[in-house]
Amino acid sequence: MKILVAIRQVPSRDSQLSVREDGVWVEEEDLSYEINEPDAYALEEALQLKEKQGGEVVVLCLGPESASEVILEALAKGADRAVHIEEEIASSLDSFSVAQILAKSIQEESPDLVLTGLQSDDMGSGQTGVIIAELIGYPHATIIMQTEVQSSSVRVKRELEDGWFQHVTMPLPALLTIQSGINTLRYANLMGIRKAKTKEVRQVSCDVSTLEEGTKTVRVYLPHRQKQTTMLEGDPAAIASQLVEKLKTEARVL
Amino acid sequence: MSFILVVLEQIDGKLHRSADEVLAAARSVSLLKGLPVVAALTGKGIADLAKSIHADRVIVVEHDLLDAYTADGYTAALSQLIAARQPELILFAHTYQTRDFAPKLAARHRKPLISDATSVRVEDGSLVFVRQLFQGKLNADILASGQTVFASIQSGAYLAEDTGNLETTVETFTPQLNPDEIRQKPEAPFRDSDRAVDLSSANRIVAVGRGIQDQDSLSLVEDLASALGAEIGASRPICDNGWLPMERQVGSSGQTVAPSLYIAVGISGAIQHVVGMKGAKTIVAINKDPDAPVFEVADYGICADLFEVLPALTEEIRKSGN
Repeated sequence: MKILVAIRQVPSRDSQLSVREDGVWVEEEDLSYEINEPDAYALEEALQLKEKQGGEVVVLCLGPESASEVILEALAKGADRAVHIEEEIASSLDSFSVAQILAKSIQEESPDLVLTGLQSDDMGSGQTGVIIAELIGYPHATIIMQTEVQSSSVRVKRELEDGWFQHVTMPLPALLTIQSGINTLRYANLMGIRKAKTKEVRQVSCDVSTLEEGTKTVRVYLPHRQKQTTMLEGDPAAIASQLVEKLKTEARVL
Repeated sequence: MSFILVVLEQIDGKLHRSADEVLAAARSVSLLKGLPVVAALTGKGIADLAKSIHADRVIVVEHDLLDAYTADGYTAALSQLIAARQPELILFAHTYQTRDFAPKLAARHRKPLISDATSVRVEDGSLVFVRQLFQGKLNADILASGQTVFASIQSGAYLAEDTGNLETTVETFTPQLNPDEIRQKPEAPFRDSDRAVDLSSANRIVAVGRGIQDQDSLSLVEDLASALGAEIGASRPICDNGWLPMERQVGSSGQTVAPSLYIAVGISGAIQHVVGMKGAKTIVAINKDPDAPVFEVADYGICADLFEVLPALTEEIRKSGN
């Protein structure tokens, strides 16, 4: 079975973000990156499926040159090879554009199963996988907490709202978007890291000017506070006594 | 005449709780653009439910193959409706079901979907949506272009309004569906176990997030909760790690809570968490990152090291005899 995992690099969780001079995206110069967390779970799921039933895990990543680091990490964890679609403005593209680019490469690979994280930690649109499924004609299911691959189909556990779940079966090839927490992530070991450097990373270019029109971001800015927040300052004891006082007399919840 | 189509969600003959919110969002655009609000309700045997919807018109999209939700079935059915009626704007509530099929539906019409928008306004005749980026750290204005705009509205972004008893007209749209084109075979929804903990009725909650760093440190949170007589809640990563059971999770994939006091400890305040707790009467946030979005919804903010603040706070509360 050939499993393709689409991964994305996102700014590290503790990044200090600032708006770029043109006001339509963030300053990327000094950011450090990591693999988008739900994508890490998608990769882990692919690796576990491969360990159970054999096959190949191909990693697909659309991103700037710097994305080669998350690709290398995926290879070190056990992916067999990678396709890197290099595009410097990738992180600011909307999901419709990203999906069009990824769909083209996925069609060339024609995998049995495509896995993506359910959403990205930067854009947070939660759409890329679903749009890809439509563009390449695969059935799909989203927010998956368990996979069970059968001979020509896959049965998955979908997360619904408020603690509900549902099993859904669909024929292969199929696309699934994976929820964080579906499995336990592995770390790359030393041998994996050494081997990763010998694995194939195919560089592919893309032409964003040929894409069908996506959404247009006209301004990026700091959000306005929804509430008047009282910030409490001082040493821990002073903060604690101020808070208890305010909770008693102002908020009246103690 | 063009119109706004609001795609509503029903489960077992009941409207999803988001219905009135997304209708309120639609009505706000309707006032600015002078377009009627038409609701679409998809399923089987749901005509009675349609009468209770507060819209100018309701289209019941009905078919035997729409009895159970499938992404393929809903996409095919609604795509036919959109092609036949040509709405100018198609709005969804950003629910799990919407996330499962709306991007596909928009893509079938070769259009992007603006997902999880927190507001919509009209500027120079065009629709401008606000979306959150980077887990709520930044906002973005998204300009909608073209003839048909697809967008989903974040839960809680618009308040359901009391529109009184609107008289609505109901019509039926029967799509042409072929069983072969519905590839997903869904089974009945289930819950893993009965919940031992019902956080939704808790009066006080101390919730813990990634900032706690390791499982052993949870005792600091437990001490504070016990001093307050509070339940313990958690953000998703804590439950993903297995440090606390899933039933303690607050947020879009966990429970929605509304206690009188909610103390968020080491929680950054990603959208998925905030939608589950912003209904709390008083919110206290303790986080060492001054830019953490949780401070935007907090009444009291403490930008400090939680490992120092928690013991002090626990002691102070014990001292106060609460």
